[in-house]
Amino acid sequence: MNLNTIKSDFPVFAQYPELAYLDNSATTQKPKAVLDAVLQYYRAENANPLRGLYDLSVRATEVYENARIAVQKFIGAASEREIIFTRNATESLNLIVYSWGRTNLHADDEILVLISEHHSNLLPWQNLSRETGAKLRFLECDEFGAYTPESLRNALTPRTKIFAAAQISNIFGRLNPISEFAEICHKNGTVIVCDGAQSVPHIPVDVQALGVDFLACSGHKMLAPMGIGVLYGKEELLAQMPPFLYGGEMIEYVTRESATYAELPHKFEAGTVNAAGAAGLHAAIDYIRSIGFDAITAREAALTKLAFDAVKEIPHVRIIGAETADEHHGILTFTVDGVHPHDIAAVFDSDNIAIRAGHHCAQPLHKFLGVPSTARMSIAFYNDEQDIERFINTLKSIRRRMGYDR
Amino acid sequence: MTDNFYDEVLLDHNLHPLHLHELPTATCSHAGMNPSCGDEITLHLDLNGGVIADGSFTGVGCAISQASADIMLDLIIGRTPHDALHLTDLFMKMIGGEISQDELDELEEAGALQNISKMPARVKCAVLSWRTLHHLLTDYLANQN
Repeated sequence: MNLNTIKSDFPVFAQYPELAYLDNSATTQKPKAVLDAVLQYYRAENANPLRGLYDLSVRATEVYENARIAVQKFIGAASEREIIFTRNATESLNLIVYSWGRTNLHADDEILVLISEHHSNLLPWQNLSRETGAKLRFLECDEFGAYTPESLRNALTPRTKIFAAAQISNIFGRLNPISEFAEICHKNGTVIVCDGAQSVPHIPVDVQALGVDFLACSGHKMLAPMGIGVLYGKEELLAQMPPFLYGGEMIEYVTRESATYAELPHKFEAGTVNAAGAAGLHAAIDYIRSIGFDAITAREAALTKLAFDAVKEIPHVRIIGAETADEHHGILTFTVDGVHPHDIAAVFDSDNIAIRAGHHCAQPLHKFLGVPSTARMSIAFYNDEQDIERFINTLKSIRRRMGYDR
Repeated sequence: MTDNFYDEVLLDHNLHPLHLHELPTATCSHAGMNPSCGDEITLHLDLNGGVIADGSFTGVGCAISQASADIMLDLIIGRTPHDALHLTDLFMKMIGGEISQDELDELEEAGALQNISKMPARVKCAVLSWRTLHHLLTDYLANQN
């Protein structure tokens, strides 16, 4: 696979040849293989999956369930019953909170969350804390965005029922020591929830090796369509949890007063499912596998280093997080003295470079870091050196273009 | 590549705002915020005598929100609340892209923000101070009656 011609796999870059797309942590672009799989589903495989008694519905069911097996293998789950399809990581995390959390959390219990969590892995817990009276506590990082196993060990108490942590922070790009966290949590009888939205697309993730109890990720951040996401949960936990949404396709037997619910994983997939999205996710996984994580991680690391080394030499620019490129995993969050991040993003936009600005759904972290908002560029393997060079050139010009140092 | 990214008027008001300070004589203050961008400003007006005798703003935000607030205060200090609300209406019309040349002239330097109507992502930044002014003055007038 020639990574230098890989952009030609992505139709959006034929449409916008001048675009340097560096907002991959928000969502990735989609390769033709994924678009084709979605179209193929609706052209040749579409019927309501899981309930039909005719050929085409059986075919739709196969497409949907084959996608589940692809996900299971991709993240190393022990069984396909441990893979629940959702809309996105946010819905997966809400499912855990509403189903597992409401059943198992009580007043006086504690919920521990990283200060750097995305709102999707914070607000559901905050709400659960209000509902149950359980106490919400935060594990704080150092100034470089690092958390140590010791800090977790010290923060856990006998009352800590749940610990929620992203594997890779969407601000720092830093890889958290999740397998060590899981070991520490389990010794304490604490359930660990991992947000894999930023890690699953970029590094090999094996849920059994990590030892996490739950993991959430989004299809759209890993080349797949929007509207398909994944919740992994250990079977012994999922089996005991009540349904999250009630309705069609998640039942076994229904009377006027009560119902028995379907087996895993369908217990958690009420209503008509997103089979086309699942087909797209399956194609995305096949595409990622065809390139391979060795090539993907090497490419993203090289581009990150190219950007990091240049950015750290630009006066008045400050990178948030670690002081070495290898702790950034394709994510550079930064500030420019005297220039608001929205103006930074606007200048980049005028040069046809897409980056993100704001608080990136992590307001408590920004308060903790003492910056109101930041700008962020984020890399995928289909970016190239030219994208990075254009990013660097524009970043160098920003203060002058905002009226400084003239 | 547009090298002078923002109009010089905007850059100047952003880098050297006249009205970014506390206002000890203020009779009314009102906070405005754009939750999605984190822009936060508080508008302070001295409405002694039924006119905007003086005004200032405090807070943080992008160049467009800061410059817009500073230009707005230049324009409304010395006017009656009714006149200031009229200018607010004109500003909103301008951002909506439906203003006449005569109306645009009334907005003086605030006309420098006309092109924001072509930058949908930044409209909220440009109107933050004006929206805040509108809240403050309608509350003020309601309390007068």
